[in-house]
Amino acid sequence: MSTLIETQTTQNKRQSLTFYAKYLFVRLGVLPFLLLAAIIIFSLLSENFLSGRNIMNVFRQSSYLMLIAMGQMFALLTGGFDLSVGTIVAITSVISAIVMSTLFSFYPDAIWLSISLGALAGLLAGGSIGLINGIGVAIFKVNPFMMTLGMSSIGFGAALYLTGGSPVYGMPMTFSDTFGFGQLLGIPAPIWICFICFIALAILVNWTRSGRYFYAVGGNLKAAQLSGIHTQKMLMLAYMISGLVAAVCGILLTARLDTGEANIGASLPLESIAACVIAGVSLRGGVGRIGNVVLGALFIGLITNGMNLARIESYLQTVVIGSLLIFAVIADQLRLKLMASLQD
Amino acid sequence: MAIQEATQTLDEGLYTANAVKQSHDSQMKYGSSNRIQKSASIDNKVQPLLKLENISKHFPGVIALQEMQLTIMPGEVHILFGENGAGKSTLISTIAGVHQATSGHIYFEGKKIRLNSVQEARELGISAVFQEFSLVPQLSIAQNLFLGAEPLKNGLLDRNENIKAAKALLARLGFELEANRKVAYLSRAEQQMVEIAKAFRTEPKVLILDEPTASLTEKESDRLFELISQLKAKGVGIIYITHRMSEIRRIGDRITILRDGKFISTVNACDTTEDALLTLMTGRVIDNVFPKINFSPSQTTLSINNLSTLDGSLKDVSIEVKKGEIVGLAGLIGSGKSELLRACFGLEPIASGSVYFNSEEVTGYTPKQMLERGFFYNSADRKNEGLAMNRSCRENMTLASLNTQTFSLGPFLKRVKELSTCQDLAARLQLHPLNIERDVECFSGGNQQKVLLAKCLTRDIEFYVFDEPTVGVDVGTRTEIYQLIANLCESGAAVVLISSDLPEIIHLSHRAYVMYRGELKAELTGTDISEQNLLNHFFERECTL
Repeated sequence: MSTLIETQTTQNKRQSLTFYAKYLFVRLGVLPFLLLAAIIIFSLLSENFLSGRNIMNVFRQSSYLMLIAMGQMFALLTGGFDLSVGTIVAITSVISAIVMSTLFSFYPDAIWLSISLGALAGLLAGGSIGLINGIGVAIFKVNPFMMTLGMSSIGFGAALYLTGGSPVYGMPMTFSDTFGFGQLLGIPAPIWICFICFIALAILVNWTRSGRYFYAVGGNLKAAQLSGIHTQKMLMLAYMISGLVAAVCGILLTARLDTGEANIGASLPLESIAACVIAGVSLRGGVGRIGNVVLGALFIGLITNGMNLARIESYLQTVVIGSLLIFAVIADQLRLKLMASLQD
Repeated sequence: MAIQEATQTLDEGLYTANAVKQSHDSQMKYGSSNRIQKSASIDNKVQPLLKLENISKHFPGVIALQEMQLTIMPGEVHILFGENGAGKSTLISTIAGVHQATSGHIYFEGKKIRLNSVQEARELGISAVFQEFSLVPQLSIAQNLFLGAEPLKNGLLDRNENIKAAKALLARLGFELEANRKVAYLSRAEQQMVEIAKAFRTEPKVLILDEPTASLTEKESDRLFELISQLKAKGVGIIYITHRMSEIRRIGDRITILRDGKFISTVNACDTTEDALLTLMTGRVIDNVFPKINFSPSQTTLSINNLSTLDGSLKDVSIEVKKGEIVGLAGLIGSGKSELLRACFGLEPIASGSVYFNSEEVTGYTPKQMLERGFFYNSADRKNEGLAMNRSCRENMTLASLNTQTFSLGPFLKRVKELSTCQDLAARLQLHPLNIERDVECFSGGNQQKVLLAKCLTRDIEFYVFDEPTVGVDVGTRTEIYQLIANLCESGAAVVLISSDLPEIIHLSHRAYVMYRGELKAELTGTDISEQNLLNHFFERECTL
């Protein structure tokens, strides 16, 4: 009898150990494990990787993608996509640069006026593209994939048409100095702005009614409607947020490049969706956490930076990122399977 | 252990005894000797079609089935009976090859088998009709029926043959469905019929039916029972899950009762009383399923005048509902009984007529506006309309109430308050397992229903509409739900109960309306609400009122 009990207890221990490993995986998702692995591998490959300067660099480079990915999350939460984020970045860049440089050439003294009006024009442009996406998806019931793909083509064409294909110059130096290369307390401006956006969106999504409604609309549109939620308004709001956040990113990129470019942001739609999916945002809607999305974008930035330092060819880098994305999705499927059984 | 073995032998014994008795009778007629009779009885001993021995199924952290026993004989209808979450679904999933048992053995026609997939089970002749449909909405009925076994001609799809075969199959089953129609456009009841037809396509040896009549009309159910008796005659073993006593009486041969994933007993349907069954199922004595309600109707709160909908599902219907009463709405599926209240809640476009709620005209108002006025419609379709399945219980419970003072301050949520309210509510409704952060889809059907009902308890409501509140809910939970409805009514709220379950209407409602094809057929009050009176108005022949 006693031996029987003993074998049983050792078995229980082993079971509980695997149980905890599974539990952690289910609780946190695959992302923390991937981040940890990436940090270990790259710090072994390159000694500069873990230096303070490089880490700040990674954060600054990733902050653009973080912004886009946070906006993308809202579209994904409601069960859609936003493929027009790249275009929004481009058109924001072009419009804010044109407004800024025109105003600046007329009133060379009113530096901050032209900067703020230029930025406002950019935000307005991004917000309106988002609104049009939202109207198409919510009211005319156009599939989000087609709606945002169409808008992406329209926006890209418009940006090229406005500029004739050449970059827009002539913005005040202060703009680029402040938002592109400026620092506060040793931390670059884009990181600060990204951080502020993160706090605002995190509060919105976790602590306000609207935030809860995004999840409900993606979880079950009909149930949300029957619960008295204005679902069309929520859908429009989701795409508007995505558009606005993309516009912020567009303005920051313009400051960094010091020109208004129509050719930027082409890779952003895919990368932002990748960042969200790696972070466990469900493509069917209703599931996702904003903190994880930021980490997802950071992970992609980290990989890119690490591979640059390790002198991996840029062609190969895309192969690696694509494979990692697919791996993350497979891991997430596994997690969902485990999750159903581990819910208690 | 000994007891289990005993019940098991008893269990098979019942059948052998029957067989012996039959052979005995026949042999007595022909005056055979005792010795021959004995050997004959051994020959006649029917081999079980399917036999499960000590089947256990563990999910990490949960034991869904524990040492389960089940024997299916050829030509019997074997009812699985148990509360929601007792393990019925896991059991049939194991038999159908969806899940693999953690331990135990399955014997099919005497041979030990191991089912690794649904396909393997199908090939052996085990077909299942689950509550969740396995239909492709974008394909037509004919294409769905022959999915995976499409008729071919020269290696290409033979569309004509497909349609012909589908029509033949539907005709054989007596289902009035157009084989060319897309499944997406079918009602739930029609989809259920297609699902059943799919299982009948091949000639199954064991057929599993999981509450197949839940969304069928009386007529369609009758047709299904006929089919079941035909299959019985052919020696097919049928495993049938139902919560309805009338069905057990009508078609059941033997009943296996499950409780908390454990085998309780297998009994003969003909010599077991309803009370005995309920006691076996719940482990306690249930005195009364329906509560006694004191109605105190006061002023009229809802009045519907000559309402018609655009799609013609309602024609010129007028009813009124008073505070402090439960009004039952009965009728066949498609009679417009759901649509009537859905139209009031802003879910069906209104063509003409008016709706007054608390003397305010609310015709064509949206769900949001109706909720703000204290009118709550609890959908019959919890999966598609009621709950966000991949969100937690807590979020679902408060979803319709977040814009009230209770849960929000300006645009912000009072999450601590939300948590405590939901905890209390879950405890009050005896949610099992009592974990409000768990995703709704991980709960059993009865508990999902509790979450759905909880949605209207988180805000001030004075008018409740319950559309089929007990579909797929076991008797124990049902009693709790009835009590809840009774309490709401006694506290002065108005309640409309839409139900296809006649006893529910009879025992709970103060007044009842019967609908037929979009028209109001009758209004019954008090003791006039009887099964006979209600049914009289269900069908065409009673049109001349």
